[in-house]
Amino acid sequence: MSTKQQDVESLVGKEYEAGFITDVETDTVPPGLSEDVIRLISTKKEEPEWLLEWRLKAYRHWLTMTEPTWPNVHYPPIDFQAISYYSAPKSKEDGPKSLDEVDPKLLETYDKLGIPLREQEMLAGVAVDAVFDSVSVATTFKEKLADAGVIFGSFSEAVKNHPELVNQYLGSVVPAADNYYAALNSAVFTDGSFCYIPKGVRCPMELSTYFRINASNTGQFERTLIIADEGSHVSYLEGCTAPMRDENQLHAAVVELVALDDAEIKYSTVQNWYPGDEKGVGGIYNFVTKRADCRGKNAKVSWTQVETGSAITWKYPSCILRGDNSVGEFYSVALTNNYQQADTGTKMIHLGKNTRSTIISKGISAGRAQNAYRGLVKITKNADDSRNFTQCDSLLIGDRCGAHTFPYIEVKNNTAQVEHEASTSKIDEDQLFYCVQRGISEEDAVNMIVNGFCKEVFKELPMEFAVEAQKLLAVSLEGAVG
Amino acid sequence: MLNISNLHVNVEGKEILKGLNLDVKAGEVHAIMGPNGSGKSTLAHVLSGRDGYQVTEGTVRFEGKNLLELAPEERAREGVFLAFQYPVEIPGVNNAYLLKAALNAIRKHRGLEELDAIEFMALVKDKVALVQLKEDLLTRSVNEGFSGGEKKRNEIFQMAVLEPKLAILDETDSGLDIDALKIVAEGVNALRSPDRSMIMITHYQRLLNYIEPDYVHVLADGQIIKSGGKELALELEKRGYDWVREEAA
Ligand SMILES: Nc1ncnc2c1ncn2[C@@H]1O[C@H](COP(=O)(O)OP(=O)(O)OP(=O)(O)O)[C@@H](O)[C@H]1O
Ligand SMILES: [Mg+2]
Repeated sequence: MSTKQQDVESLVGKEYEAGFITDVETDTVPPGLSEDVIRLISTKKEEPEWLLEWRLKAYRHWLTMTEPTWPNVHYPPIDFQAISYYSAPKSKEDGPKSLDEVDPKLLETYDKLGIPLREQEMLAGVAVDAVFDSVSVATTFKEKLADAGVIFGSFSEAVKNHPELVNQYLGSVVPAADNYYAALNSAVFTDGSFCYIPKGVRCPMELSTYFRINASNTGQFERTLIIADEGSHVSYLEGCTAPMRDENQLHAAVVELVALDDAEIKYSTVQNWYPGDEKGVGGIYNFVTKRADCRGKNAKVSWTQVETGSAITWKYPSCILRGDNSVGEFYSVALTNNYQQADTGTKMIHLGKNTRSTIISKGISAGRAQNAYRGLVKITKNADDSRNFTQCDSLLIGDRCGAHTFPYIEVKNNTAQVEHEASTSKIDEDQLFYCVQRGISEEDAVNMIVNGFCKEVFKELPMEFAVEAQKLLAVSLEGAVG
Repeated sequence: MLNISNLHVNVEGKEILKGLNLDVKAGEVHAIMGPNGSGKSTLAHVLSGRDGYQVTEGTVRFEGKNLLELAPEERAREGVFLAFQYPVEIPGVNNAYLLKAALNAIRKHRGLEELDAIEFMALVKDKVALVQLKEDLLTRSVNEGFSGGEKKRNEIFQMAVLEPKLAILDETDSGLDIDALKIVAEGVNALRSPDRSMIMITHYQRLLNYIEPDYVHVLADGQIIKSGGKELALELEKRGYDWVREEAA
């Protein structure tokens, strides 16, 4: 084993112990994508043969695919040969030495969100030598989870320690060839999160990527797999209200959730990646595939998302309601400002009998932003007595932005009930005036009204996430009025 | 307190107020009556700074300041309060939350300490009793699903909490049942004070039985064409507006 490989390994194994990664040699594969590169990634990660084969199969399939053009988003062509597909976490020399070197705009946002200095350093990618506060938190956290039998850690760890689980479930919800970006991710993913909740276990705490210290290093092709075994329950929080500094423009993650009989997964996301500047320059492309399989009877999956970041978002967290009586929910707030573009929504595929789904989508556009809801409700032949309720509201701030709704409904069973409500409105002048007449500033009034508009979604978020999400909306809307 | 002189206002190019004069001193209650569409709500909106009204001529001074120069939230913080004819519903915004934000914005402007949630709720308890507002209305979304009468009570409740210097009540009595009218009127009376003025827009003399005005004005065709004491309201109730118009012509 070469020294470099050892470094990589110790790094992967050490993420919780060390809490923060320092002093690891930069280890980057030159830009470009080929079978050799994929073999190299697999070797560096010391993966079993089957996983390499799986990657290669995905890659070969990807080569036959073309980029989707149906989303209502526009961007220049991506040069996939210009991307470097493997980069070990950077050494501290590469990052800013201190917060003084970080974009003041970013710091301003951190301050507004009330993020402690230490965390600001971490988020901004400043190498911190001192032990980061949450390390101890993370450690106690790990012990508690282990007591409950919950497996929670990085994807790489899981491949090493629980290969049978990974082998059984990887790609079982989002097949490697599912779509262009999922295939790309399957070929080149480097890390992500893995979580397994054993039978009958109620996960003793909310699981958060925030506590996984290497979260900022999971890279642009992140892979998440969560398995809730029979009768188990887990609430998983992804992301963070703070905008992460990130040099990678393209992000193509895959998230797979499996809920077996009577299991419940609540997956909450706050996404606030760099949206680009006021002129629309820069910003992250977030092309993610998220899907849940309610594989067992009475299984339940709720997706709750608050999306304010990224230049382009392309994302449809979906539920396959396979088990009888299974339940899928999707609660979403997508806010776009300036030149941001979002095409987001969900798919609810009813396969089992008496399955139920609820979709509440709130889209907010300001500036010159474009915001599209795209949703599919599909009730198949055997899904007797299935029900869906969809409510899809758009709020426009100013008159240069746009909202679009593309609801697709396919019903193949006449016992199904499908209800769809949609509305598009401008921020109401009467409501605004009512608030300012009471002495509230226009900016605060807009925030209040927008937060009110999103209430049904926020109440689905875990408490402290909800509070952060409200603050986040306020910050994201700054300069949208007046 | 308030001095309106030769006020001309256009709405969408049409002149609605055509040289209105009104002088309101501290502690006074003025009732404004007049036919539908005569410009009463327009006056209320212009005073509170709503968009869409062009003042083409005239001045409005409030406590020596040029009121027309101030943004609507600044007017509110200076003590101008409008009880809306049609209070708007704001889904998802907690009634108490909005009011607390309003009160603190006003207190801040006046150099007072902002109130925390506990202090605020303590203050609110008394005021809720004043208009016998059902307490659950506090925690519901602003005006959402409130009955017509509940909306009006909520307006007076807000006024009680915000303690304005000048309160403009636009048809606060309409939509109230007889008992509610009494309760709201008592609430308003309790808020009368030597340093608080009120402009009450109403169609019915009935309200003035409960809240005795110092002056009654008739607003017709964009001007105040007659002013008098509370007995004028009685006469209007009996005879309608035509005779006043003829008299003024
Ligand atoms: N936004 C607007 N656009 C066009 N016309 C308007 C607008 N607002 C008010 N007006 C017109 O101005 C006139 C005065 O309206 P206002 O609401 O002030 O009357 P009012 O005296 O309050 O009537 P009411 O007793 O029915 O409440 C009416 O003819 C009304 O149609
Ligand atoms: Mg009116």
